[in-house]
Formats: sequence, C-alpha cells, structure tokens
Amino acid sequence: MDWTWFHKWGSPKWFYELSGKWLPWLVGVMVTCLLVGVTWALLFVPQDYQQGLTNRIFYVHVPVASISLAFFPLMAMAGTVFLVWRMKLADVVLKVAAPLGAWFTALALASGSIWGVDTWGTWWVWDGRLTSLLLQFFLLLGVVSLRTALEDSEGAARACALLSIVGCINVVVIKYSVDWWNTLHQPSTNFTLATDQANGPEIWVPLIFMIVAVYLFFAISLILSTRNEILQREKRAQWVMDLVAKS
Amino acid sequence: MQFSNFQEFIEMGGYAFNVWSVYGMFLIFLTFNLYGPLRKNRKIIRDLKRRYALNAQVPPMSAGTDSQSSPGSKTTEEERT
Repeated sequence: MDWTWFHKWGSPKWFYELSGKWLPWLVGVMVTCLLVGVTWALLFVPQDYQQGLTNRIFYVHVPVASISLAFFPLMAMAGTVFLVWRMKLADVVLKVAAPLGAWFTALALASGSIWGVDTWGTWWVWDGRLTSLLLQFFLLLGVVSLRTALEDSEGAARACALLSIVGCINVVVIKYSVDWWNTLHQPSTNFTLATDQANGPEIWVPLIFMIVAVYLFFAISLILSTRNEILQREKRAQWVMDLVAKS
Repeated sequence: MQFSNFQEFIEMGGYAFNVWSVYGMFLIFLTFNLYGPLRKNRKIIRDLKRRYALNAQVPPMSAGTDSQSSPGSKTTEEERT
C-alpha cells in the first residue's frame, strides 16, 4: 500500500498552501448557511407550546454543544498520529484545537444555562450531562495549561497527547449521560420527516443549516490557527521566508 | 414569520434577555475566533519580515535544508502571543 499521501499531508508547507486555496470557499459556504440558519431560526420557527420563543436558543446551543464533543476525539487522533508517526503537523493541530475547544464548551455551557434559567427554573444543576460537559471544559483548560507549563517542548506535546486520549472517556459519558441517568437534561431526540410530528422538518431543517455552519466554522478556525502555528514553528524554512518576502 | 412587527421581534415574547444574550455571545464567539487568527496571521508575517531583515547579515540556511524545528521550538518572549 502506498502511504506517500499520508506523509504528504503531514508536510506543513503542503498544508499551508492547500488550506490557503480552500479557505475562501469554506468561508463562503459557512456564511451562507449561517445567514439562512439564523434567519430561519429567529424569524420563522414556530414557538414551543411550553418554552415559547426561547426555542431559538436551541439553534445555537445544539450545534455548538454537539461539535464541542468532537474536540477530544480530534485531539486524541492527532496525539496518536504524533506519538506513533512523529508527524509535526499532528502536534500543531493538537496544540491549537485545545483553546478553541474550550471556547466551544464554554459557549455550550453558557447558552444552556441561559436557556435553562427560565425554562428549567435554574441556572445550574449537577445533572449528568451538565457536570460531564463542565468537566470537559476543565480538561481542555488543563491541556492548554499543560502545554504552557512544559514550555511547549517535546514533553509538552507527549503529555497533551496522552491527556487528550484519556479525555475521550468523558466524551462517551457526556453523550450517553442523558440515556443512562434520568436527571434534568432532556434525553436524545428523534427527528422525523413527517410534518405532523412534534419535531417535523420545519424544526430540524434550520438545525441542519446551523450544524453545517458551525461545523465549517470549527474547521475554518482550526485551519487558521494551524496556519499561524506552522508559520511560527517553520520560520527558519525557506518556503516561509519566500512567503513572507512575497507578502 | 412569527412576529407581526419589529417590536415583537426584539421582545421575543418576554424572553429578550435569554435569546439575545445567547445570540450575542455566539456572534462574539464567531468574530473572535475568525477575526482573531486572521489578524494574528498578518502580525506574524509582519514580525517575520522584520526579523528576517534584521538577520540579513547572517547567511540564510540553504534551500535544501528543511526546518529542523522540533514539535515545540522555543519561541522568544516577543513571539509568544
């Protein structure tokens, strides 16, 4: 089996150049989906019979929260690739993903709290999902602190990779907590195509737009931060010098 | 449309604080994490330009040698942003 593609993907220069070409398209699609999703969610979705118009928060909270669960798996994969194949780019992704993940998790927690204060009657409860998501936030801050504490060295890279792999256990807990324990956060929902159902297409189609938009935002932000880190780490390389000279 | 006028839209049926603070945070989150890295990219390139100019007296590394930087090449204090 020819593995040259794998090592080519690991080249920082190749990544920098290719991502530069893809970014405008990704941003274009993201902005379109975001505009459609937000407009639809705010203006057109019918209000909930119990929650009234707070159901608009659903369209921010759900995409952000579900994508926040992707960070530890991403970091674990990047960490494993780094530990096994010594791929520099994998460690770059591992480094930049952690703070972005903290942002996502914080927004998921904050939006959920603000939604709950009037619909559940409380800002916070030590529910299975809320607690494990808060733990994820602390773990991500931990990964960031570990990197700084070990002064971004080879040891820091290994330690962060290991912590990321371990942190994936928590993601399983977050995802299944609502099925394992019958505490406050609602259980998983089934979306159907039938329009007469409580959660018909007029409810979940805008959600699809928002999920796509937020997912693309995640990719774009990650790519932008990765590019920055690559420039800093590869500053002694000829291709970086040429790039800087041209700009 | 769920609202008959703009006033109703802003009020969100009494849930103005909840809905608008969440969407406001969302907007700040998006802006910070898109605009931030873009601005940093320009800053890095500017700083590198200056740095290369200062090092111009020292012969640069040959084109055949790719960067030897380890996963965490120590950056100087000024570059640590």
